[in-house]
Parts: sequence; C-alpha cells; structure tokens
Amino acid sequence: MSSHAHSAPHAMPAPTGFISKYVFSLDHKVIGIQYFLLALVAVCLGIVLSVLMRFHLVWPSAHLPFVTGGLMTPEQYLALVTMHGTIMVFFVLTTAPQSGFGNYFLPIQIGAADMAFPRLNMLSFWTTFLAFVAIVAAFFVPGGSPISGWTAYPPLSGLGQVTGPGEGWGQTMWIISIALFCGASLMGALNFIATIIDLRAPGMTLMRMPLTCWGWFVTAILGLLAFGVLLAAGVLLLLDRSAGTSFFVPASEVVTDTLLNHKGGSPILWQHLFWFFGHPEVYIAILPGMGVASHLLSTFSRKPIYGYRAMAYAMCGIGFLGFMVWGHHMFISGMSPYSGFAFSVLTMAIGVPSAIKTFNWLGTLWNGKIQFTSPMLFALGFVSLFISGGLSGLFLAQPAVDNRLHATYYVVAHFHLVMGVAAIFGIFGATYFWFPKMFGRMMSEPLGKLHFWITFAGAYCIFMPMHFIGIAGAIRRYADASGVQYLPQFQPVHKFMTIAAFITAAGQLIFLWNFFWSLKHGAKASDNPWHATTLEWATATPPPHDNFGGNYPSVYRGPYEFSVPGAAEDYIPQNLAPQEVARSK
Amino acid sequence: MPLVTATDVVEIIEPKRQGPRGPGKPPRGFGGGGNGGGSGDSPARQRAYVTGMTVALGGILMFFMALVSAYIVRKGAGADWRALIVPKILWVNTAILVISSFTLSRSRRDFLRNDLQSFRHWWYVTTALGFLFLIGQLIAWRQLANAGVYLASNPSSSFFYVFTAAHGLHILGGLAALLAVAFHKGRRLTLATSSNVVAMYWHFMDGLWVFLFLLLTLGR
Repeated sequence: MSSHAHSAPHAMPAPTGFISKYVFSLDHKVIGIQYFLLALVAVCLGIVLSVLMRFHLVWPSAHLPFVTGGLMTPEQYLALVTMHGTIMVFFVLTTAPQSGFGNYFLPIQIGAADMAFPRLNMLSFWTTFLAFVAIVAAFFVPGGSPISGWTAYPPLSGLGQVTGPGEGWGQTMWIISIALFCGASLMGALNFIATIIDLRAPGMTLMRMPLTCWGWFVTAILGLLAFGVLLAAGVLLLLDRSAGTSFFVPASEVVTDTLLNHKGGSPILWQHLFWFFGHPEVYIAILPGMGVASHLLSTFSRKPIYGYRAMAYAMCGIGFLGFMVWGHHMFISGMSPYSGFAFSVLTMAIGVPSAIKTFNWLGTLWNGKIQFTSPMLFALGFVSLFISGGLSGLFLAQPAVDNRLHATYYVVAHFHLVMGVAAIFGIFGATYFWFPKMFGRMMSEPLGKLHFWITFAGAYCIFMPMHFIGIAGAIRRYADASGVQYLPQFQPVHKFMTIAAFITAAGQLIFLWNFFWSLKHGAKASDNPWHATTLEWATATPPPHDNFGGNYPSVYRGPYEFSVPGAAEDYIPQNLAPQEVARSK
Repeated sequence: MPLVTATDVVEIIEPKRQGPRGPGKPPRGFGGGGNGGGSGDSPARQRAYVTGMTVALGGILMFFMALVSAYIVRKGAGADWRALIVPKILWVNTAILVISSFTLSRSRRDFLRNDLQSFRHWWYVTTALGFLFLIGQLIAWRQLANAGVYLASNPSSSFFYVFTAAHGLHILGGLAALLAVAFHKGRRLTLATSSNVVAMYWHFMDGLWVFLFLLLTLGR
C-alpha cells in the first residue's frame, strides 16, 4: 500500500445482520455477487432451453415426458426460442459482465469505497430479480410462454391470445419483465456513470483507468440511452394489447377468421424502436468483454496493452456508431434503398474501431511472455470468436446479401459467435481471473483448461456449420424440417451440431463443479496471485467492507505497467509511488 | 543493469505521458480526486448527485424522445389520424408550470443568499403550483372523456393520454422530491445539493412539457 494513502470514511457503516449483509445489502461487492449468481441461474436455464431446441430439431417426433401429449408443438418450439433469447440476452449477457463484475470491480479499480448511490444499486438488483421472476413466471401462466421471439414483433405480439397460446398472459409477463429490466438497467447505468465521473481516486485520470472500466463506462452510457427507448416501446405495446390502441397493430387484421378492431398502426415502428435499443444492446453485451479481454491479454502477456488510448477511443467509437446502425436489422422490412445504403455503410464503419481493437490485441501478444492460464485462454478465445463472428457481420451488412441470408441459420451463427459466445468467454475469463479476489481461493487450473478446450471446440462445432447450412438456405425458427422438401438434406449437419451442443453443455458442468468446489476447497489465494497492477490487487483478499480498509490509494501511473525496463519486478502497481518502486540491480 | 542510474529509472518508469505534474505528485482526477466514497457530505459525493441527476435526465429524455418519434412516425403512417384539439385548460396549466419554474429559481436564489425563510416560502409556492398543474391536467382528461375522446379513440388521442400520463407521473415524482426537500432532515445530502438537483429536475420537466405542448398543438 502506498505511503501516500489517505483515509476517507465509508458512506455506509458495515452491516451486521444476515439480511442486511447478504440479502438487502448496500455493499457493491455483495450486489455484484448477487447479480453474478442470478446470471448463473439464468444461464443454466437458458442452456437447458437451447438443448431442448437442438434435440427437437433432430428428433422432432420424440416423445418428451414433460410436454403435454408427449409431442412438442411448433408453438412450444417457438416458446423455447423466445425464452432462450430473452433470458440469455437480458439476464445473462447484460447482467453478468456489466452488473455483476462491473458492480464488484469498478469501484475497487478506480479506488472508491462503493458506488455513488448504494441504495439505488440495491434497488437495481432487486428490480432485476423481480424482472427475472416475471420472465420465469411466463412459463407457468395459462397458455405458457410467448412465441414472438426476443424481439417481440407485432402484430404477433400485439393481439393477445388469438395469435397463439403464449400470446395472452405469457406475452404480457414478457413485457412486464422487460419493463422492469429497463428500469433496473437505467438505475444501474446512472450509478456507474456517476461513480466513474466523481469517485475516482486522486491520480486516477480517465486515461489511467483500466480498460475494464472503460468498457463498463461506455456500456453504461449505451444502457442509459437505449433502455429508455425500449421502455417506451414496451409501454406502447402493452397499451396495444390491453387498451385497444393502435400504435403498432395494423388495420383490418384477420386472425383465425376474426376481424380485429384495430386501426392503421405500424408494425415497422416497433421494429425501429426495438432495434434502436436492440443494436446498442449487442454492444452492451460485448463491450465489457472487450475490456476484460484487453485487461487479461496485457496481464498474461506481461506487456503493456498495445495502444491504450486507441483502445479506449475505439470503445467510444463502437458505442457511438452503435446508435446509427439499427436499420441493418430491418433490411428486409422494405426500407428505402437509400436508407439501406446509409445503414450498410455505417455498419461497415464499425469494422474500423473493431479492427483497431483486434490488431491491438494481437500487438499486445506479440513478443509477450505469454502465460497460458485459464483466464488467458478465455481471453484468447474471446479474440478468436470475436473475429470469426465479426467477419460474417460484414457480409450481413450488405442489404442484398442480407435479403438472402436474413431468415437463415447464417444470422443465428453470426450473432451467437460474436455477441453470445464471445461475451460468455469474457464472463468466463473474468470469473477465472477475479475468483481469487472475490472468494479468497483459486479455481482449479487443470479443470479450467479442460473447460476452456471443451467450450472453445464445442462452440465452433455448433456454430461454424450453421454458416454453411444458412448459405445453403436452411431457414431459422422452423420447428421441424421434415415437412419442407429441401430441408431434410441438412439433417446430418443438424445432428452434428446437436451432439456438439450436448457435449458443450455437459462441459459447463466442469465449470460449475470447479466454481463451487473451489469456494470451499480451492488453494488459498494471496492478495495478488497474478502479479497484476490494478487497484483491486492492492487490497486484501477478499476486500474489506470499505474496499481498502480505510487506506484509500493514490494512483501514480497507467494500468498496464508490465516489464518496465529498470524495475526489479515485471509489474508496477498503479498505487506504488515512484520512490517505492524497487530497481533492478 | 549497471548503466542505469537511479534518476534514469525514475525517468523510465515515470514517463511524461503519465502525468503533467512530474513524478511523485498524483495529478487530480477529472473529477477532482474524490476519495472514493467519502462521508455523507463530502464534496465528491455531493457532486455525484448533480452528475447522477444530469445523467438521469438524459435517460428520461431518451424515453420521451422515443415516444415523440413514435408520434411523428405514427402520424405519417396511417390514414386514420385525426387531429386532436387539445382542451383550452392546457394553456392555463402550461402557464402555471412555467411560473413554477420562476418561483423555484427565486427560491434557489434566496437559498444561495442564505435567506432560508424566503427560500422555504417560494419552495412551498412552487410545490403548490405543481399540484395545481396536475389537477389541471386531470381536468383536461375529464373534459376529453366527457367529449367522448378516450385512450383508444384515435392514435392522436392515444398519444395525448400517453404523453400527459408519462409526464404527469414524472411531475408526481418531482412533487414528492419537492416535499422531501421541504421537510428536509439532512442525513446524506446537504440542503444545497438536494435543492439543486430537485430544481434541475423540475426545470427539465417544465421545459419538456412546453416542448410536448407545442408538439400537441402545433404538430397535431
């Protein structure tokens, strides 16, 4: 700890009772773990749903014990699609990297005692929890869960029970859940931004923040600007469903021989509002992963990150451009070719900051003393998946190509690799890296590596073939290919992907075992087991209630001072005063 | 490394780009070096409330702008749009809300001049005007309903009710905040900060209403 440390009393006294310590906690670290565990439950549920989908695609006539009548209906398959997407995007990819790890490590990494507004922080978590309860409840309401996909396009989502079994109560629960989630995310975003702007330790300039903090910062700004729009759209959709308004539902809609009493609403309007949120949302999922990957690549290459400023600006650039490209999700909606052209060019422009990041990651690795630890493997996997998944985005950015590929598995492959699996690899890397700090013990390295190789190979086995069957014309969202003349030829590929999915899903049990076993039996972790430089490693393991035991650090240098010539150690912590740095003899 | 002297090392490990004030002195952060948390009334924490309110208003603005863009798109989308003539009382309500911003400014000015009695006086006047505005909005709803114009009557009326309800809820929140400051007990926020952030919010809601009112009258 630096001799320049100074003290500041913590805003909140340390809690004493069980409830105030672990349930309604105001401590950002406990709230971070709560978010993480919520995401862990959600991801298990999401994986089960995807395995069921993969099973049904290959064996559509198999009898399932938990389905009424034994056979899965197309509507039930669509309900799986909807719930898998919703749970994964909102309650895993948005919740774990930002709300989970961001909550735990952002204040510590910038040298603060807590988030700016601890009560609001607690409120955000419990609102997210309620949102999760609401979405899970959609399984159990009359009619079951909704079938309109995670994008909830009207008119399907706007008309109620008449359009499908899950479109009554199930869709209403979906909207309520998402509205709650929006509220929680807005509160969280506000808290993150205020914390970063006002509570940084002395010396912690913006350009000395770890890139993880930059990731959380840009993500918070995106969340702030995007979730309000989804909330507004959700309110209008709810009114269309329950109050007879016609914002999105077009006139003279006839469903199952019933003429519905709606006037000339615009379904395309929903698509615009949804994707104005939806595209930034994919960056909300991936930007924290980019921050974590940068952090880990530098730490385990024992080299400063290549082009720190470029990395920070590239994140800002991606966030900024992310708000201008929502139309590329709607090329097939019949938009003007001129709009399509503009959206296409802007979409490809995102390739520039993305390429800057990719080359800087490679530049960081170049000539590094690479340590292949579990977190490092997942960071490398992140880069690989980001490239593989990102490149197909350039093809989909062409309106003419997208018209052909939009409804096929090609798009499924693209977004799963780039925003799904890559973001998950960021979460895994963060988990293996920070577990010692959070829980005081190390996770098992051999199990971590086994988990990595199964997941890495599995992800490619599942999603790479999807590109090819997508190009060949395999339509997505179809529950059963056997009735369509040209689709059965893809069944062998589907079977391969399904078996890969089973193995990959089973591989996650290794992670769960490693996580819970290490909580009790892992090797004791020192305060700084990875010899890392940022402030979370300058405090005790696990950190005390006020993060720094009253000795708040000052910051003297950037976050990635590895292998500095002339220094005795190959890393210099951010809080070490210059006169305290040991020199090599 | 025998060729490197101690001064060289300091030069090497503290390159210029890391801080303009030379080694040994941590430059103040962008936010002026908040001590990470601080006690209830530390300057960094008070600043965080102002930042937080600014940021929150950004989020609220996006919510309303989504509704406004939906209004513009929906108006152009269907042939079923019939212009809604807003109730006359809306002019009175708008005037009341605008006046409440002036009384609030007066109140804040008195606070900064340390005239706490006058501060409270004008603060109460603002709160009362806020309630008056809400009552006026409810009367406007009654008048429309009496004329047979309901939420689902026409997209224009749908948007009218959505705008006024969403804005009214935000005003209701603002009134709760005004009352909370009026009966201020002063635990975590200083009165200076709380009155400041509530005033920011109130002025914003005033400006937002004027914009929505213009949209509903000129853009109908």
